[in-house]
Amino acid sequence: MAVTLSERAAKHVVKYMTKRGKGIGLRLGVRTSGCSGMAYKLEFADAANPDDIEFESHGVRVLVDPKSLPYLDGTELDFAREGLNEGFKFNNPNVKDACGCGESFNV
Amino acid sequence: MALLQIAEPGESTAPHQHRLAVGIDLGTTNSLVATVRSGLTVVLGDDFGRPLLPSVVRYLPDNPPQVGYEAQGAQVVDPRNTIVSVKRFMGRGLHDIAERESMPYLFDDKLGMLRLHTAAGLKSPVEISADILRTLRQRAEVSLGGPLVGAVITVPAYFDDAQRQATKDAARLAGLPVLRLLNEPTAAAIAYGLDNAAEGVYAVYDLGGGTFDISILRLSRGIFEVLATGGDSALGGDDFDQRIFCWMLETAKLKPLSVEDARMLLTRAREAKEYLTFHGVAPIGARLNSGETVDLTLTTEIFTDITRTLVAKTIQPVKKALRDAGLSTSDVKGVVMVGGATRMPQVQRAVGEFFKQDPLNNLDPDKVVAIGAATQANLLAGNRAAGDDWLLLDVIPLSLGLETMGGLVEKIVPRNATIPTARAQEFTTFRDGQTALAIHVVQGERELVADCRSLARFELRGIPPMVAGAARIRVTFQVDADGLLAVAAREQISGVEASIVVKPSYGLTDDEIAGMLKDSLLHVKDDAHQRALKESQVDAQRLIEAVHSALAADGDLLAAEDRRRVDAGLDKLRVAAQGDNRRQIMLAMDDLEADTKEFAARRMNKSIRQAFAGRNINELDGEPTAVGTGESA
Repeated sequence: MAVTLSERAAKHVVKYMTKRGKGIGLRLGVRTSGCSGMAYKLEFADAANPDDIEFESHGVRVLVDPKSLPYLDGTELDFAREGLNEGFKFNNPNVKDACGCGESFNV
Repeated sequence: MALLQIAEPGESTAPHQHRLAVGIDLGTTNSLVATVRSGLTVVLGDDFGRPLLPSVVRYLPDNPPQVGYEAQGAQVVDPRNTIVSVKRFMGRGLHDIAERESMPYLFDDKLGMLRLHTAAGLKSPVEISADILRTLRQRAEVSLGGPLVGAVITVPAYFDDAQRQATKDAARLAGLPVLRLLNEPTAAAIAYGLDNAAEGVYAVYDLGGGTFDISILRLSRGIFEVLATGGDSALGGDDFDQRIFCWMLETAKLKPLSVEDARMLLTRAREAKEYLTFHGVAPIGARLNSGETVDLTLTTEIFTDITRTLVAKTIQPVKKALRDAGLSTSDVKGVVMVGGATRMPQVQRAVGEFFKQDPLNNLDPDKVVAIGAATQANLLAGNRAAGDDWLLLDVIPLSLGLETMGGLVEKIVPRNATIPTARAQEFTTFRDGQTALAIHVVQGERELVADCRSLARFELRGIPPMVAGAARIRVTFQVDADGLLAVAAREQISGVEASIVVKPSYGLTDDEIAGMLKDSLLHVKDDAHQRALKESQVDAQRLIEAVHSALAADGDLLAAEDRRRVDAGLDKLRVAAQGDNRRQIMLAMDDLEADTKEFAARRMNKSIRQAFAGRNINELDGEPTAVGTGESA
């Protein structure tokens, strides 16, 4: 069971965190909403919850709540640039199908 | 799949609900667009990663206009169709443009509105600005991957209403919803305030391409308050270029230039200016179409010398703004430098010497305003993070008020009140049976209407006839976040109402505002005296009216001799009220009041008797017992 960051993603997270000036790491999760069942959650983390499951990837602490983990297990968070647009991308092996834009998905 | 940004804890947006908002610095020379991405404010670059978009538009006969670097490159070959510094034309008429003689454009002033003849037809400054905004919008939408919910666009603090409205029109034309117009120095303060978050008084010195603004701000407990603003809407980096240009003409003894040559030499002038920021000497070389060659050397010393008056011109408004805020240079904790022109060493030095401290310039002076605007846009679009609840307060430059009897001004919204704001005050009628009230909205610091600026007039009609002073008319002044004023009047008993929105002519230039402020200080004593005189004249008039209507109703209660005395007193007061001797008016009023005292008492008794008689008519069969004072006998 693991959730990881690509090296590129980790570099950008560290940059954003440094600029933000606070935070202990990154929180990944899923929520039941969106047009195709589930939606990703990608937030800065200021504190860990007692039942959080923690991973460490390229020096970044990654927190996942236990309910989200089954949907995210094996996911690698990547950072991508598409033309002028740039941002983070979930490479999630659990996804069976996703809505057109990929912001929400089904497992 | 879509690319995601990192959100603040608990602030993840639902899919498809990212509110993409940008801040736009629509500058005279360059424009920028910025946004907040993963909690970080970034300026969005073009395909080549260049953050600035030169505010230059070139119109072509059959193709869409070129905007930015491409157009800037065409300045020399196609000056007539290549519009630079269009911001200077926003909301202006032809007569407002000072140096139109040296501009290569074909102006058209029909309909009282300035337009330019181009290869693509007549273009108004609003349309030209819209082409710049459209380019920025497209850049943002490609960068962010979706349509924008809106933008915060910055304007110089002293843009008047016509200029603000023109900016809004341009945004609408570009398909860009305006979340808010924000004063440029205020945006810079947001950018610095968030990054440095230090409490105290700050001065924002903003010398852009075409405008100069100075703002005195107070930062305390995360709240920005604008204490005073000032500036010059026709002074900027362009003027420094112009000075170098003139120096080149004189030094090289050039004959009158063609449009192309003039434009090319202006470009050379700007390059020399920028070069001098990091070097002591700038070579200027050019070959003109006329075959002449220009080969000059501009040193920092010469440059400092020929621009000394320009630099000094920026210090005057700084002094004025400080005086306005009631502060001295020693109260100022930091000076923020904004605008590319503040990179010039002689400007940095002059500001440093005036404030006796080194100015702050740790953010890129070209980007500061856009960064602040983006931060504000992010908040207004609803992407605010928890605990991030700072306020932003703007102020109105001159008091807003109403004309009252005697040509006096009743101030409703005082100068430097923070906006948005709403203030209300109750007024009443002056005459018995008065059914309408004229409302005259004025702006200024003086006590008399004649010395203030008239903004609008409207009437409240349909007030039910009542005795003077019985009607209750609530007048509400509302100033929205963009500084636009709406005035409403409502009679509380009958509910009749009327209102007006004050439209563009409302704006004043900074010179007018400065002049009006100076006047109000010069005339403090005069004004106080005038006000006292007018007030007693109004009081006298009111007494005359009251005695008149009493005589008309109950004149028979007076003996002939008493009546003569009251009439004489009335005449005396009427004459005194027309003069300007306040003491005489007061004395005449005292006399008349003494002479009518007994008359008033008799009237009072009579009405009480009538009331009594009315109530007892079914029970008593005769005169009721006399009430109260013995005078009824």
